Amino acid sequence: MTMPSAQTGIDMPAWPTSALTRVPFWVFQRGDVYAREQQLVFQGAAWHYLCLEADLPEAGSFRTTFVGDVPVVVVRDTDGEICAFENRCAHRGALLCLDDDGKAKQGFTCVYHGWSYDLKGNLNGVAFLRGMKGKGGMPDTFKMSDHSPRKLRIATLYGLVYGTFSDATPPLADWLGKTIVEGIARVLDGRKPVVLARYVQALPNNWKLYVENVKDSYHASILHLFFTTFELNRLNYKGGLVVEGGGGHHISYNQLDRAQLDAAYSQQNLRSDSDYKLKDPSMLQGFNEFPDGITLQILTTFPTFVLQQIQNAIAVRQVVPRSPEKTDLHWTILGFEDDTPEQRMVRIKQANLVGAAGYISMEDGCVGGFVQRGVAGAPDLNAVLEMGGALAESSESRVSEAGLRGFWQQYRALMGL
Amino acid sequence: MNMDMFHKITRAQAEYARAIDNDRLEQWPDFFADPCLYRVTTANNHAKGYEAGIIFANTKGMLIDRVTALREANIYERQTYRHIIGAPCLLSEGIEGVRSETAFLVVRIMRDGATEVFASGRYLDLWRTNGEDVKLAERIVVCDSSRVDTLMALPL
Repeated sequence: MTMPSAQTGIDMPAWPTSALTRVPFWVFQRGDVYAREQQLVFQGAAWHYLCLEADLPEAGSFRTTFVGDVPVVVVRDTDGEICAFENRCAHRGALLCLDDDGKAKQGFTCVYHGWSYDLKGNLNGVAFLRGMKGKGGMPDTFKMSDHSPRKLRIATLYGLVYGTFSDATPPLADWLGKTIVEGIARVLDGRKPVVLARYVQALPNNWKLYVENVKDSYHASILHLFFTTFELNRLNYKGGLVVEGGGGHHISYNQLDRAQLDAAYSQQNLRSDSDYKLKDPSMLQGFNEFPDGITLQILTTFPTFVLQQIQNAIAVRQVVPRSPEKTDLHWTILGFEDDTPEQRMVRIKQANLVGAAGYISMEDGCVGGFVQRGVAGAPDLNAVLEMGGALAESSESRVSEAGLRGFWQQYRALMGL
Repeated sequence: MNMDMFHKITRAQAEYARAIDNDRLEQWPDFFADPCLYRVTTANNHAKGYEAGIIFANTKGMLIDRVTALREANIYERQTYRHIIGAPCLLSEGIEGVRSETAFLVVRIMRDGATEVFASGRYLDLWRTNGEDVKLAERIVVCDSSRVDTLMALPL
């Protein structure tokens, strides 16, 4: 069976199997796949993280972001409501807003021909609407209310702002599922986040390779020596893997439990076992922030949002596809308003663990590129995802690729693959 | 502003770049006082006063750990930097030391030969004199761009 591409009419290859254990490499390479993703995933029935409520402190505060390829403005209206619309003038399509963030007094005006919009994205002014001295101007049939950039439905959850272009997307909390909502709540509920740093890591790979990496609890203790050696994520510690919703949301977590430490791990003779010790271990001397004793929680919501708690290092990551082989990873490193100076310093030090130069995440910036380059000549061969079985279900073991299988389950359902 | 300090800072910066670019990373922490401040940040983050960096260290021990991690723990493709460092602009001299600002350009050379501008920016420094030597009490590396290509392994 082949699927005609929604965009190009060219037939896409068929998925090799109905099972979730094989992923064809062409899905990371093809322009027609990328185009269909824009329609069916990014502009389809899914919620997309846009920004933090804290980014929009008052009326007129805005941030610009992306939902897939679509540039988006998120803004707080004068009535306090959060609105989001395409960052595109309805006239000729130019960007309406050219800043990352700021404050709009009345609304947004396109620099090209002066068409102006209110804070909800409604067109409310057209330069020379009636022409000059009775000549030119728009025809009488032109109605401003017929023209505006596409608007997103908005939902907020514990300070996160989500948007969707589709009317078919179920309410956010239902779509996420109870466990994911609780996972977000345990990090963010009742707290006011403060941005400690913000930057973009440009990844040389398809966006799905990064999303797979985040959901891949199998690799964490093998690729990342720093994690393992400092006992942040030994697989023989207590923890688990949660796969929720349509499969595309996940939580991987662990709780340090020294009583369970055994020799089994070091007997595996993995490269990542060593006697490596820190000269200044203050970075790892965190504070007790979470009463449940969970030292690590990586949470994703389909398709491209990550909420990270690694000890006291809190961050949100937004994955923005740029082309089939390029992806931008937007990092926002967070503290909270009620941090003491000592707690804030812990977060600043632990920010070394993550991000573009992160002790336990720098490898994630390059490993997707290794796959992208590795599969260059093998579009019709498949990745093998059999670790932990064939299903996309929660498990106590994190030696599992269930998180990846869950992602592909939801992805294929949306994409019709 | 005295030429003596200008020369000392210029010399220290040349040696600093040479240590990193010639793969003598173990020497890199020795350019710093202890305690110290080393932060790699972006112009946007710097302008907004954001406190965290892409890299942050406030002791020489943390700098040494960075080098050890790069040598022993972290996985990244073989790569080298070439630092091109401008002349230091001496800003002020006080009891805390001498403050300077210096432009830099870093070209990254990957194992396949790909050679690209990896970072441009400025060093915002506080230097302490120690006889003939100067040490960095602070080095804030303000990258002009907010984007980092793939990963930042080696220090700037």
